[in-house]
Amino acid sequence: MQLSDEQNLLRDSIARFVDDEYEFSRRQKIVAVEPGFSRAHWRRMAELGWLGATLPESHGGLGGGAAEMAIVMEQFGRRLVTSPYLVSVVMSGTALAEAGDEAQKSRWLPAIAEGRIVAFAEGEAPARHDPAFVETAARRDGAGYVLDGAKHLVPFASEAEAFLVSARTGGAQAQSAGISLFLVPAKSPGVSLKPYRTHDGARAADLVLAGVRLGGDTRVGVEGEAFGAIELALDHAAAAMCVEASGAMWAVHDQTLAYMKLRSQFGQTLGSFQALQHRIVDVYIKCQLAQSMAWDAVAALDSADPTDRARRVSAAKAHLAGAAMAVGKEGIQLHGGIAMTDDLAIGHYFKRLAAIAHTYGDGEYHMERFRRLSGLGGNTG
Amino acid sequence: MNLDTPELRAFRQEVRDFFARELPEDIRGKVAEDRMDLPKEDQRRWHDILVKKNWAVPSWPVEWGGPGWDDARQYIYEREYALADAPRHMSYGINLLGKSMMKFGTEAQKTRFLTRIRNGDDFWCQGFSEPNAGSDLASLQCKAVREGEHYVVNGSKMWTSEGHVADWIFCLVRTDGSGKKQFGITFLLIDMKSPGVEMQPIWTYDGGGREVNQTFFTDVRVPVENRLGDENQGWNIVKYLLGIERFGTAEVSRSLAMLARLKRFAAGARHRGGRLIDDPAFSRKIAEVEIELRAVELTEMRLLFGGAPAGAEASLLKLRGTEVQGRILELLYDAVGSHAQVRIGDLEAAKGVPAGPNQARHAGTAFFNYRKTLIYAGSNEIQRNIIAKAVLGLRG
Repeated sequence: MQLSDEQNLLRDSIARFVDDEYEFSRRQKIVAVEPGFSRAHWRRMAELGWLGATLPESHGGLGGGAAEMAIVMEQFGRRLVTSPYLVSVVMSGTALAEAGDEAQKSRWLPAIAEGRIVAFAEGEAPARHDPAFVETAARRDGAGYVLDGAKHLVPFASEAEAFLVSARTGGAQAQSAGISLFLVPAKSPGVSLKPYRTHDGARAADLVLAGVRLGGDTRVGVEGEAFGAIELALDHAAAAMCVEASGAMWAVHDQTLAYMKLRSQFGQTLGSFQALQHRIVDVYIKCQLAQSMAWDAVAALDSADPTDRARRVSAAKAHLAGAAMAVGKEGIQLHGGIAMTDDLAIGHYFKRLAAIAHTYGDGEYHMERFRRLSGLGGNTG
Repeated sequence: MNLDTPELRAFRQEVRDFFARELPEDIRGKVAEDRMDLPKEDQRRWHDILVKKNWAVPSWPVEWGGPGWDDARQYIYEREYALADAPRHMSYGINLLGKSMMKFGTEAQKTRFLTRIRNGDDFWCQGFSEPNAGSDLASLQCKAVREGEHYVVNGSKMWTSEGHVADWIFCLVRTDGSGKKQFGITFLLIDMKSPGVEMQPIWTYDGGGREVNQTFFTDVRVPVENRLGDENQGWNIVKYLLGIERFGTAEVSRSLAMLARLKRFAAGARHRGGRLIDDPAFSRKIAEVEIELRAVELTEMRLLFGGAPAGAEASLLKLRGTEVQGRILELLYDAVGSHAQVRIGDLEAAKGVPAGPNQARHAGTAFFNYRKTLIYAGSNEIQRNIIAKAVLGLRG
């Protein structure tokens, strides 16, 4: 994917911003306190137009595309930036722009561009990454609905003004048909959160829906037919995480290589031992290949064919999941004992890479999805 | 680089149509079986067809009878060429020597040799490795001593691929042993019919037939006019030559063709009453290798067309590409099942052994044979050394 001059400028300005504001010790101060990201930075990103970069011009955005999203995520990955960008702008923004009606888009898309948070809440713990497995139920209630169920690991849920929730209005437990999307205001009676910190420094929560009454105008898209928009949002999330992982993997590579040139044992630098040279070379190769796959996932988001899009995104996410874990582990091992200290960045990169590898479809899920979409195998195993 | 423009789509279609129409079915069949021993007559027959189309030397400029294609067209051509199961180009003459001669050769050499390479009049082979100079190529000892207007060559060369069908060999010889080992190497062009040149086959463990040889030189007299570049400066040519094959060192096109064959085979192979491709565990392995190959393919595109100089970074393509290719061939070997255990000759010789599916006959041989790709042209460990030094700035 070739970036335009404008996109290069955007990348340079975000790179400068994260280099200045997310030097590792400053980043650690941000994630140490609630809400786990910098509200001041978040406001600034909204003012600079970064949050609206990918959203439609007709609804408060700048009309950019997948490339702008990837530029943001790659730089966030380099510096371990925590933010609700993925869950609000990328996921909810994509799903709303795709499936929302005019009133919903007019109300929520400009809000998202301004930094108000709509958290996409799709995953359920027993689903193990399968978005078609939805136990949360939406029962008709006059003109509206009543929602019951629970969503797991909703990022930055405590800061969200609303949730975009998948719920079953029909069909069997793991069927893609019969799933609907609802905009659930966070203050609705019956909505509660069980918040927690995650290993990667971010915040998330279980979202519990107990008899939550909603008006009919909160349903996004056609009843029972939201799965396409959910998959679109999830493919955007997976591609976004791939470029974020690519940025983080290169950071691991750079930091590990620098340390290998510095650290001496047995009277010579670590980098002069051939056994270790070959291992850092393999890290370098993994970074190169992962970068190629990540940007192909981004390019695939613009594909007119949903199967082609899904297949390429899953290929990339499956690849990245493996590479991210491998590079993270090598970063720790090649550093040696010092890597075990909380004060060093490398372990925190590993934790974020591990989170990426296991969020919005782990390697297993995407490998299986790729296999199925490639016409390999008569059943899904 | 966008390869999906109307012009390039039309070009791709033209190439596809030509191969579909002109590649003889018997030759295609042999390549599709991954046979290692394509006869010289088949190579020549195919080369003649390409010459008529002016596509025999796809990387050459118009000046020397090539099509003068840009990178995009060469890339597309190479991909379609492999997917059509066309036999490999005779790369030694066309790509390695031909391109080196265009840069380092005298006008007389170019006039004399290049057209003959293009037209298939001369087949070339390469004399670089020696019994004691493998990965450490610069330590080569095959000796040439200047006597008047000749060099007198004594020594031997290993792994001479296609040497038994070649008319000429380009050789690295030692003309000065006094300095640094990269100095004192001279690049000579030697007629295989010269007195004192002898060739013995090296039988490889895969049992696939004659592919490589050891070449012996005993007082072989080579005219000075057949020296490429300056005396003692041959290493500069080697460095240039090793960078020529920008397309193809990752073997992506061949691997894509092999992967397609693997899938076709798995779709047709019986497996406990069903099809092998429907076995979740096996099809999962295919999916995994397909993704790994895709990663190499996309990286090749990005490095070649991304505007950044590939340079030593290209080492990663060779090493990762050959690893993935080895995996594909291993899966084909797995897929064939018990038939893969039977030696080719005994499958073919009607000894009462059911031959099994046709495309399976060479799976065992191909798998064993292709372990070479992880070793040749700078073993994958050497490639890692190159990246460590030239890209990552690490010192030994």
